[in-house]
Amino acid sequence: MGKWTRRGVIAAGIAGGGVFAVGVALREGHRAPGLAGRMAGDGETLVNVWVKLSEDNIVTAIVPHAEMGQGVFTSMAQMLAEEMDADWNLVRFEQAPADEAYANYPLAREYLLGGATVPGLVQDTLNGGFLRLSQSMSLQITGGSTAVRFTGQGGMRIAGAAARDMLIKAAARDWQVPRRTLRAEKSYIYHDASGRAAPFSDFAVAAGKLSPPTQPKLKSPEAYTLMGTSLPRLDLAGKVDGSAEFSIDVQLPNLRHAAVLSAPVFGARTVSVDDSGVARMPGIYKTVNGGNFVAVIADSYWRAEQAVAALDVTWSETGREALGQADIDAQFVADMARAVDTEAERIDVKAGQARQAAQEAPHVIEADYTVPYLAHAALEPINATAHVQGDKVDIWIGHQNPLGARDAIAAELDFRKKDITVHNRLLGGAFGRKSEVDYPIMAVRIAQEADGPVKMIWSRSEDTKQDFYRPASRARIIAGLDTDHQPLSWDYQFVHKHEPVEASDPPYDIANKLIHYADSDNPIRFGAWRSVDHTQHGFFIESFIDELAHAANADPLTYRRNLLLDKPRHLAALDAVAKAAGWGRATADGRGLGVAIVESFGTIVAQIAEVDTTGPVPRVVKVWAAADPGFVVHPDGFKAQIEGGIIYGLSAALYGNITVENGAISQSNFHDYPVVRMDDAPDISITLINSGAQLGGGGEPGTPPIAPAVANAIFAASGRRMRSLPLAVPDGGLASAPEQGPQPA
Amino acid sequence: MTQLKINGRITQLDVDPAMPLLWAIRETLNLSGTKYGCGIAQCGACTVHLNGVPIRACSTPVSAAEGGEITTIEGVAGDDGRLHAVQQAWIDHQVPQCGYCQSGQIMSAIALLQANPDPSDADIDDAMRGNICRCGAYGRIRAAIKTAAIQTSTGTQEGQKNG
Repeated sequence: MGKWTRRGVIAAGIAGGGVFAVGVALREGHRAPGLAGRMAGDGETLVNVWVKLSEDNIVTAIVPHAEMGQGVFTSMAQMLAEEMDADWNLVRFEQAPADEAYANYPLAREYLLGGATVPGLVQDTLNGGFLRLSQSMSLQITGGSTAVRFTGQGGMRIAGAAARDMLIKAAARDWQVPRRTLRAEKSYIYHDASGRAAPFSDFAVAAGKLSPPTQPKLKSPEAYTLMGTSLPRLDLAGKVDGSAEFSIDVQLPNLRHAAVLSAPVFGARTVSVDDSGVARMPGIYKTVNGGNFVAVIADSYWRAEQAVAALDVTWSETGREALGQADIDAQFVADMARAVDTEAERIDVKAGQARQAAQEAPHVIEADYTVPYLAHAALEPINATAHVQGDKVDIWIGHQNPLGARDAIAAELDFRKKDITVHNRLLGGAFGRKSEVDYPIMAVRIAQEADGPVKMIWSRSEDTKQDFYRPASRARIIAGLDTDHQPLSWDYQFVHKHEPVEASDPPYDIANKLIHYADSDNPIRFGAWRSVDHTQHGFFIESFIDELAHAANADPLTYRRNLLLDKPRHLAALDAVAKAAGWGRATADGRGLGVAIVESFGTIVAQIAEVDTTGPVPRVVKVWAAADPGFVVHPDGFKAQIEGGIIYGLSAALYGNITVENGAISQSNFHDYPVVRMDDAPDISITLINSGAQLGGGGEPGTPPIAPAVANAIFAASGRRMRSLPLAVPDGGLASAPEQGPQPA
Repeated sequence: MTQLKINGRITQLDVDPAMPLLWAIRETLNLSGTKYGCGIAQCGACTVHLNGVPIRACSTPVSAAEGGEITTIEGVAGDDGRLHAVQQAWIDHQVPQCGYCQSGQIMSAIALLQANPDPSDADIDDAMRGNICRCGAYGRIRAAIKTAAIQTSTGTQEGQKNG
């Protein structure tokens, strides 16, 4: 191994075989040498956190995120290559292992500082501190729409710029010319005056002996040649020929297969497990009583699944065996009323005197809204393969937080963290579900009962019934309006607050705001669901502001505009989407246009939906979106994320409805938890806006505006105000919805 | 023993004839491109061809496939490794996100174009509505099918001219 030098949090060095490596976030006592054995390939003995340059002039980005559809390998490599001036054809990627040295320190820093500007590009003590923090918190998370805006901005670009600086410096020494006379382009260094040119790799060894810069200069957008372009994704070949390896595809010698049944009523435990009917079945290896689940291990998944169905399990009584959805809904109402009656509201935002303003207002409008529980329904069902050998655990999994999964296994099943190796694989969809640690623990627990590796797969029914759900919620909104029906006050109560904290706060300029919530305990597990609290608040807020606009006999888009005059990015997004959709034009009979705008994860997305209400259920004909993430690093990939976010949100808006019956989840598969398919997927047209603001995310912000845009379009088309989701309920939606928009209080 | 012909190769399998074809393909033959999604023919992730017709392998017993020609995603590229026109169109339109459903989507699209070289939007709806994509790539899938249709029909015409 070569000698490593480091300053601040940028480290650099030479590995065997002339590999030059640059990392950001390494500190004194870093663990890079410990990674060598695991990551080394032919001609390489060491790699570092973010980038390596090998002797054949190949640049490799080491990406500390999971790939679950967002194209993260491509966007991370793109940001690295931009600052390094690397030839895109010579750029590769590797997924970082689940190891502390790869912990997500830029993510932790940005989250905990709330995006505050740090003096100096990378600030030594601060970053060191945050690396330690993210290690102790086991943050290696893919979620929160963070990869590009945090890891890319805080890690990849800095590593690339530092690598480029060091290569130029090494070339200047070698050629005995001033550094400023050199330039880098497409993985070569040029001295134009003399006509000399040489590949980066010629200077790799010399560069690795230099001290890295503490604050490499990043390019300004005018200088970008890769960022802002739609480079072909690096991971698609295997996704069209069947060779891409998801965790469910893991093959190991002597692999056995397990199917599971978890307690249908949350919190129940096994009282007895009678497997006498299973023992005679062929290919059965073992029944596992996991306490809150049962499993059968067999020589094939199919046999395991049949055997689980044949088990006779008695579950303990939890006292919740009679719990139904109506009970939960009624409890929301009761808990909300109790909070107000006893002045026990949990205050979220308070500005001015909302209740007093409403009492004095010439007009008051009040409405109640509800949304149901939602499952994630990623197409790859929950699965993991584990092999326990004495104290050692190997687990193959697709997980959004592999370090968190490792720590949970260690804590729950009494292993040492260092004895657990997480092999993270591609995720066949995740949407937040695969950040939970229940299934890695369960897979290891099952494998503890076997003398070889066991692949645990949940049936679709288990995946649906044992989710961590987007919570059902209810809101009551009371607005006091002046004589022109402009809002004076906004009194907004809802059930269940999670994150992001700002999701409940409308963007509109309203002087008096009281935003508060009630807790309402029940056993349904909460989970982060694509855009988290923004899904319900986007629907509540953007539907109700539409009601206010109609009460004012105002154009809904203009009404919003007039309350957003201090938010130029919002205005630009509204104007862009209005222009694209031809807002204000006449629509065919039974059709209407609806608008909504939501800022989430730093990105502003305005959407207009055109909906046809002439059929038995509403049909979304077309969706226009305008999105401003500050700067779009990969336009086509970003568009794909917004398209996907819209379809995901539309599935929920039209169909998504998880309900509780007899203490358990009623739905089991796509026949009773339907999602948007080809024949009901609208055409989507997206306008991108590079406002220059701080980078926002891409994975989640497309989702929140679609439900209110569709509901508002239904109102425009039919005069029916949809205050409950889902919308595509035959004979139960349009027909029973109130004809008047706002209800007089 | 059950005899299956998959991607042109005949294989003897020692499996229960009632086992769904999906698990024989994935676990016994180690062809993992065909995916499990729902188990009840609701999502299309397990779509393969039986005698050129798209079927849901999760709900087709091995016994029903015996004697037929089965094609999986691993068997659609040319012998020289060149991608099928549909696969290439998937790349050209950057269709996959997570990619999990795409084997099934591609198998349904190939079967559609074999039966109907110039599908309308309604034809695409009918042929593809059995394949769920939770990443929401439907618009790109539709566009890619149209691109592949043009390439396939052009190729056919050239073939006829050359022939």
